[in-house]
Amino acid sequence: MTKSELHSLGVHNLVKFYEGKPLIDGLSFSLQEKEVLCLLGPSGSGKSTLLRIIAGLEPFDGGRVTWHGKDLARIPPEHRSFGFMFQDYALFPHLTVYENVAFGMRMQHLPEKTIAHHVAAELDRVSMSSFADRKVQNLSGGEQQRIALARTLAPEPKLIMLDEPLGALDRKLREQLTVEIRQILKSAGVPAIYVTHDQEEAFTLADRILLLSEGHLAQVGTPEDLYHNPSSSWVVNFLGLGTVIHAEITSIKPPIVHSALGDIRYKALREQYTPGTAINLLVRPDGVNLVKWDQKGIIGMVKDCVFQGQYYRTEVTIDNVKFIFEFPDHNPPGKLIKIIPNADNVTVLEFRDE
Amino acid sequence: MLWALPALFLTAFYFSPLIEIIQRSEILKQGLHLTSSEWAIITKPLGFTIVQALVSTLLTLCIGLPGAYILSHYRFRGQGLFKALLIVPFILPTVVVSACFNSLLGPSGLINVFLMALLHLESPPILILNSFWAIILGHVFYNTSIIMLIVAEAWSNLNPGYAASARMLGANRMQAVLKVTLPLLAPAILSAALLVFIFDFTSFGVVLLLGGPLYATLEVEIYVQAIQMLNLRMSTILSLIQIIMTLGLALVYARISSSQSLELNPVFKPGVQLKNAPTYQKILSLGLLLILFLLFISPLAALIIRSLAIPTYGSPGTIWTYYLALFTNRSNDLFYVPPAEAIFNSIVFGLITVAVTVPLGILIVMALRQPSRADRLMGPIMMLPLGSSAVTLGLGLLLVYNDTWLYRVHFPLLLPVAHALVALPLVVRVLQPALEGIPPSLTHAARMLGATPWQVFKSIYMPILQGSILISVIFTFSISLGEFGATTFLSRSGYPTIPIAIFRFLTQPGQMNYGQAMAMSTILMTFCVLGIYLIQIFSKSGATIKK
Repeated sequence: MTKSELHSLGVHNLVKFYEGKPLIDGLSFSLQEKEVLCLLGPSGSGKSTLLRIIAGLEPFDGGRVTWHGKDLARIPPEHRSFGFMFQDYALFPHLTVYENVAFGMRMQHLPEKTIAHHVAAELDRVSMSSFADRKVQNLSGGEQQRIALARTLAPEPKLIMLDEPLGALDRKLREQLTVEIRQILKSAGVPAIYVTHDQEEAFTLADRILLLSEGHLAQVGTPEDLYHNPSSSWVVNFLGLGTVIHAEITSIKPPIVHSALGDIRYKALREQYTPGTAINLLVRPDGVNLVKWDQKGIIGMVKDCVFQGQYYRTEVTIDNVKFIFEFPDHNPPGKLIKIIPNADNVTVLEFRDE
Repeated sequence: MLWALPALFLTAFYFSPLIEIIQRSEILKQGLHLTSSEWAIITKPLGFTIVQALVSTLLTLCIGLPGAYILSHYRFRGQGLFKALLIVPFILPTVVVSACFNSLLGPSGLINVFLMALLHLESPPILILNSFWAIILGHVFYNTSIIMLIVAEAWSNLNPGYAASARMLGANRMQAVLKVTLPLLAPAILSAALLVFIFDFTSFGVVLLLGGPLYATLEVEIYVQAIQMLNLRMSTILSLIQIIMTLGLALVYARISSSQSLELNPVFKPGVQLKNAPTYQKILSLGLLLILFLLFISPLAALIIRSLAIPTYGSPGTIWTYYLALFTNRSNDLFYVPPAEAIFNSIVFGLITVAVTVPLGILIVMALRQPSRADRLMGPIMMLPLGSSAVTLGLGLLLVYNDTWLYRVHFPLLLPVAHALVALPLVVRVLQPALEGIPPSLTHAARMLGATPWQVFKSIYMPILQGSILISVIFTFSISLGEFGATTFLSRSGYPTIPIAIFRFLTQPGQMNYGQAMAMSTILMTFCVLGIYLIQIFSKSGATIKK
């Protein structure tokens, strides 16, 4: 078995221009069997366009899209057996809930008995069994979302694509449905690509996340990878992981790093480092501890302090660098505080940039 | 209060003629006792009316639907000019359209003259005029743009996700169109087709002038029975049938088309550049665009060319001969219509019509806005005149007022009245959406700031409605200039209008008459195109017609 056959979907060096500028610029990735991949990125990063290209709905200017190693270029969308759930659902307003869900199977000319059986099963899966005869216009946003999901799953597609399927819903419903969608996608047992600009959604749903920035692949990996090892300052900022600061290795044995937060002692550092190596540190919101004023520590000034329930989101400047910390207590703006770094939550980054 | 004037006007000039027609038909007194030859007078034109309207509508759909697809999906060079051209048939009078096709395809038309000179023929080789297909051609010319504008509007507003979803669910291109796109466009298509059917059903000028003596729709038969056969009873019975049929159609139309609107200056979503479309679509689209350009341009161009006395085609005098003849007195000619006078009369009638119609229209839309119960009942009653034909209006007015001073005064006062009745529904449809766009809170705010109702109207409504009122004025004026059906009943020998003059020139033999008909039509066409141009400018501010 060759390597490409292990992958279901392959995207190779894809290029797409929009009004003369590259919207997708040499993007490559592949999809494992049964994997849920989230395409995460700010709006305008080319996520939806990428999805439409894979679906065969949009022409592109370079590269290849393959399925088990076979080029899809000449396969029209209806012959790819891919499911696509649209951002605005695109439920057919002239058909009932039942007819919408049955549409894909009717296109396959399945016997009406089989269709009825499948539609019932799909509606049951999304807990909408009693809605079969309803007009789709009369459904609420959340109900439409479920019907759209059922319609996408009903013809048993080999790949499911979802384009910001929760974008139109309010926050509470979104959180509830995110978990449901993950379970439903897993129960369907086919690979899925899920487009979103909401990282909580992506972290909840994804086996792997593909982070897109202006048509480039910014980083790809499991949610844990992205969290622990962001590959650039852009990734850190986009995911809101904390503040990146410059630092320097002062000693290897014991491993000590010097930074604006003072000296930080680690359990171990990678082998290639030598004393004097300049590195980047990621200071997470829980990267420091408050200490009493008479103890040893670094002095910072509170700029802002907002109650967030579990903690106070506190903006602190140290040496003119702005940090965001989460403290258990309220500190009024203008107050001077003393902190010491917590090595567990100040990550030595593998990249080094300005 | 606001209803008083419009109600008075409509009672006097619409409802009482209607009642008079019912009485003269003597149906209430003696029922419908008709001889078999009288039955034939009804069934033959009724059958023909339905058949020609069906064929016309179907053919119009065949050209209009692909046209709507192109208009709503592609961008191409000359699109602006193309969209402007689409509006031209809207207010081109039927006599002008007839003259246009006569100048292109008639025995003395451009194509025949050219072929006769080229092939040295004695007689014109193409004899399409005075045939069934000439009528159909006229109707297709008139109505293709209605289908295109209404359907293109709906199509460009259709979520492209529907078709894409269908494709993702396994439908091929054809299935996606048949199962999803067409059903979703059905209300727009149906409403456009029905509107076209109504126009074809009540067609008068096109049938009379392009169809010739062998073909009569109900509308033409009413005219023939009243004016030529002097059989008023038959004429009123036909009128009643016409009223019932058109009212029924108008009711059905009102039901299905409530959500459709006709944009005069439509702006479609930025589609794909036509030059980037797949090759076969490009070829088909360019072919269709070419046909549409020919359909719209060639009759207009032929008219202008044939209005000039070009010596190579054996025409007399200089190139401007026909135009000059319009303004030369030939009082020794028995059939002579002083054309300069006709132009002057038409302008006077047009101005009177505007002065009557636009204030009435404003009163009606203001009244329709009041939420009281009596007004809700008045609304539909006020809109009834839409369901009646121009010829019927002319006949009814003639029957009621032929013994009164209104008719006995030398000046044909009833003419602008009839024109106002024809124009009023359209004016209401132009003004209503503009008025509905004004939130009631504006009135409330102004009243709280101390404005009287009249001050509110003057300082809030008038400035906001300005553009729509100007459009109404131009529409009304153009309708009055080109109105032919009611005018044939009500015009006086001393006061011909432009369409009447053209009609007389067209129906008399001789190259000079033919040339003058063309010259006069060109002048009327110029007026109308100018009007369209002005409407386009004013409707850039977003005015629409509620159909």
